[in-house]
Amino acid sequence: MTMLNTLVAVCSAYAVFLFAIAFVAERAAMRGQARWLRSPIVYTLSLSIYCTAWTFYGAVGSAVRSGFEYLTIYLGPSLVLIGWWWILRKLVRIGRSQRITSVADLISSRYGKSNLLAVGVTILAVVGTTPYIALQLQSVTLSFEVFGVGDLPTGEEQGHTALWVAAGLALFTVIFGTRNLDANERHNGVVMAIAVEAVVKLFALLAVGVFVVWGLSGGVSGALQKIDASPLGAWQIDGGRWAGLMMLSAAAFLCLPRIFQVLVVENDNETHLRTASWAFPFYLGLMSLFVVPIAVIGLEMLPEGSNPDLFVLTVPLSVGQDGLAVLSFLGGFSSATSMVIVAAIALSTMVSNHVVMPLWLRYAGGGAKVSGDVRSVVLLARRLSIIGVVMLGYLYYRLSGGGAGLASIGLVSFAGMAQVMPAMLGGIFWRGASRIGALTGLTLGFGCWGYTLFLPSFGAGVFLPDAWIAAGPFGIGWLRPQALFGIEGMDPLLHAVVWSLILNTGGFVLASLASFPQPLERLQGAQFVNVFEHSAAPRSWTGRVAQAEDLMIMAQRILGARDAQALFEREAQLQGLGGTLPAPTPDFLETLERELAGSVGAATAHAMVGQIVGGMSVSVEDLMAVADETAQLMEYSARLEAQSQELARTAAQLREANAKLTRLSVQKDAFLSQISHELRTPMTSIRAFSEILRDTTGLKPQEQSKYASIIHDEAIRLTRLLDDLLDLSVLENGQVNLNLREGRLSDVLDRAVAAAAADEHGARLRIRRDRGAENVWLNTDLDRLSQVFINLVANARKYCDAERPVLEIRVRQGDRLVIDFVDNGTGISSEAQDVIFEKFSRISDQKAGGAGLGLAICRQIITRLGGEIRYLPGQGGAAFRVTLPARIAMAAQ
Amino acid sequence: MSDSDLPRRGKPPVFLERQSYRRRRVNDAARVLPFIGTLLWVIPLLWPENGAAVRSSSAIIYLFGVWGLLVLGAGLLSWRLSVQAREGDPERDGTGVPGGSGGTP
Repeated sequence: MTMLNTLVAVCSAYAVFLFAIAFVAERAAMRGQARWLRSPIVYTLSLSIYCTAWTFYGAVGSAVRSGFEYLTIYLGPSLVLIGWWWILRKLVRIGRSQRITSVADLISSRYGKSNLLAVGVTILAVVGTTPYIALQLQSVTLSFEVFGVGDLPTGEEQGHTALWVAAGLALFTVIFGTRNLDANERHNGVVMAIAVEAVVKLFALLAVGVFVVWGLSGGVSGALQKIDASPLGAWQIDGGRWAGLMMLSAAAFLCLPRIFQVLVVENDNETHLRTASWAFPFYLGLMSLFVVPIAVIGLEMLPEGSNPDLFVLTVPLSVGQDGLAVLSFLGGFSSATSMVIVAAIALSTMVSNHVVMPLWLRYAGGGAKVSGDVRSVVLLARRLSIIGVVMLGYLYYRLSGGGAGLASIGLVSFAGMAQVMPAMLGGIFWRGASRIGALTGLTLGFGCWGYTLFLPSFGAGVFLPDAWIAAGPFGIGWLRPQALFGIEGMDPLLHAVVWSLILNTGGFVLASLASFPQPLERLQGAQFVNVFEHSAAPRSWTGRVAQAEDLMIMAQRILGARDAQALFEREAQLQGLGGTLPAPTPDFLETLERELAGSVGAATAHAMVGQIVGGMSVSVEDLMAVADETAQLMEYSARLEAQSQELARTAAQLREANAKLTRLSVQKDAFLSQISHELRTPMTSIRAFSEILRDTTGLKPQEQSKYASIIHDEAIRLTRLLDDLLDLSVLENGQVNLNLREGRLSDVLDRAVAAAAADEHGARLRIRRDRGAENVWLNTDLDRLSQVFINLVANARKYCDAERPVLEIRVRQGDRLVIDFVDNGTGISSEAQDVIFEKFSRISDQKAGGAGLGLAICRQIITRLGGEIRYLPGQGGAAFRVTLPARIAMAAQ
Repeated sequence: MSDSDLPRRGKPPVFLERQSYRRRRVNDAARVLPFIGTLLWVIPLLWPENGAAVRSSSAIIYLFGVWGLLVLGAGLLSWRLSVQAREGDPERDGTGVPGGSGGTP
């Protein structure tokens, strides 16, 4: 009994010590001397709430029962920390930039600030954590019992111990866990107390371990020999459980509310994660190092049937090391208390933010602005939640009778919280993850876990009838809770984990693929997945009409008057305004919402700002609709613009056509007058000379023949003119039939040059040609082509005014066949260049030899042949370029 | 003139390139380490189960040896990354100094 009294005294002293530590830390933080409170080592140590009493005492028991399997519980989290670059880094950044307050808040925030999801995760967390809290109470009670063996009647007294512990923990948590409303601000006192407890439990376990190895086994080699000689001597492990539990503990480490609380919410600086990445695995390694030696010595020294879960206490006690035993007891006590404290804070944040506050907001009436002090409501909600959570754990402990059934609850709880993992990882890595998907996955996973693991864990007949477990519900064999789909013989835990996670992930992925997320979800999804690219929140408020004063009133009620005023003043300064009220710009509203989210969760904060900004708020949906309309308008106006451009083009074309018609009409008139003139001139001379021949008598024979030959010449000229006209009209009407033949270009040119030289008179024209290039085969109307060439050569002969006229014929074959006729005369003046291809245009009157139809005919012919003829300026003389399409020219064979 | 300018202008980028190259490789190492750890820790699945083929003492030495090596590796990487962060890491999001945003109490 004295031992028990001492223990109670030590316990009380330790509790007072913890209160003092927390108090000092809070004071230091308030005075701004918090630098040492925020070192990476404190952060790492606070992570050690992962090691609860279940691991402190239970690891040895687990080692006795199933060998090295206990290690998996430490290996998983170690890997998560070592792989921090993948997940934790992102998680912490998201937590900080979105001011996440809990796992439920993370999930809800990611999936469009959905409160339904938040409530779901909260329920899951409460269901999963309550047994775990009961487990801690049980371990403390059991350890008390060890010291007072025989002195205490079990039952009632046990319950008293648990009740006292629970009450003390609730008190501590209420005092230090709800000092700041803003869950995003660190609970300095709590974190410091946890860090100290982490040191105590590590030190206690190491002390027992060192004592066992060096005090009882004779050093390292002795200990190893003893291990090999013990029942644990051979390596025996169930492979499935080894890998499965490692994965499960890794998943649970990410999802357990209390771990999330210290890992993400209480994180003060992302760089601390870097230190924790090696320091926390190191801590876990030390925690698990001496477990097997303690188990082996316990098995060896203690009587058969002793509870292996308490070897950490009973081994030192059995050799009379009472001090060591008390230290060990404190270690276990620390493990239990720190877990309960943080779990209570984390759960109470969830419960008050996602269950109590939304209900209160809905039913208190009038909304955040009019009703009473929201701040006190939130605080009260949180305090009541803490007490509720701890007492729920106590009740569970009492109801479950504190039996062996509790011991297995640790892994059951892990498996329950691991159901959050698909939605969490999917949410931060996959933009396509949707709210519907998360809901589906969570529901399936939670249901499957409850049916296959949680309910059966109470034992057959408690919640599930015996018959169900043995033969399935209503005798449906493949629905047996521990042999789903007829797969029998699996380890029940592994079975539940595998099926629940498969159904969970499958449902999550399939529903995400099939559903279409709402706009806010998509925005949040982008924010989460690409958190490193941009850490700004979605713009969802337009605050032009919102009343800054109302916002101020609300913010004061949640953040407290001082903090709210400071925030508003800071924002006003940022906006460059003098007073204390900033203009309610979207930026400000966003900042405010995020500040509030730190206190009451994202969904509630969104709703509260929404209530104030009220009708003036533009929801994302509205924005999307507006954007849609704008897009439609823009599309419409673009179409109008296109149409008006088309109209303008058509009008221009019409104007052009009109001008052309006018020109053509003028041309026609000119043509008629030209042609009558051209016909009239030879007719006049023919008539005159034929009258002379008829009426004049006594003409000399030379005179007669001269006049007759003039008449003859003029008649020929007339005929040629008529021929040309006929030719032109045929060509213009497109009635001409082309006589396609194959021939060589050089031959065509030879013929043209020869024909042009036939009626040679005047200066002799030298023709320069490149016969190599002319070796091109043509498939065209060769006669028509040669007609064109004759015309061009004859023109050069007629009009080239150089002293030694030279005509150069260049042939080039690219993708088209190009033939240039360039002479060395003065060329054609630029104003004449436009008209030379028109009918009856003659370059110079003095050398008028033809009717001025030659080039017009040439153009018609070449056009008919699919080519083009044009004047080539700037060649030093008159230059014409004939271009023929490639299909006419064939490569020289 | 421009010829003589070019090599001088070219040098610093080469130097920087090398730095950021090392930086990326350190990040890669941080990514790979957990997979190495997982691999080493599931190797016990290959050990024969029945009989005394593997003594528990050797199992302890192996498992905790791997643990020690991983802690060492993670510590080394953490140190490298903190050096990088101090030197200023403009291009990587990484641990890039969150500006002490939580600095004020």
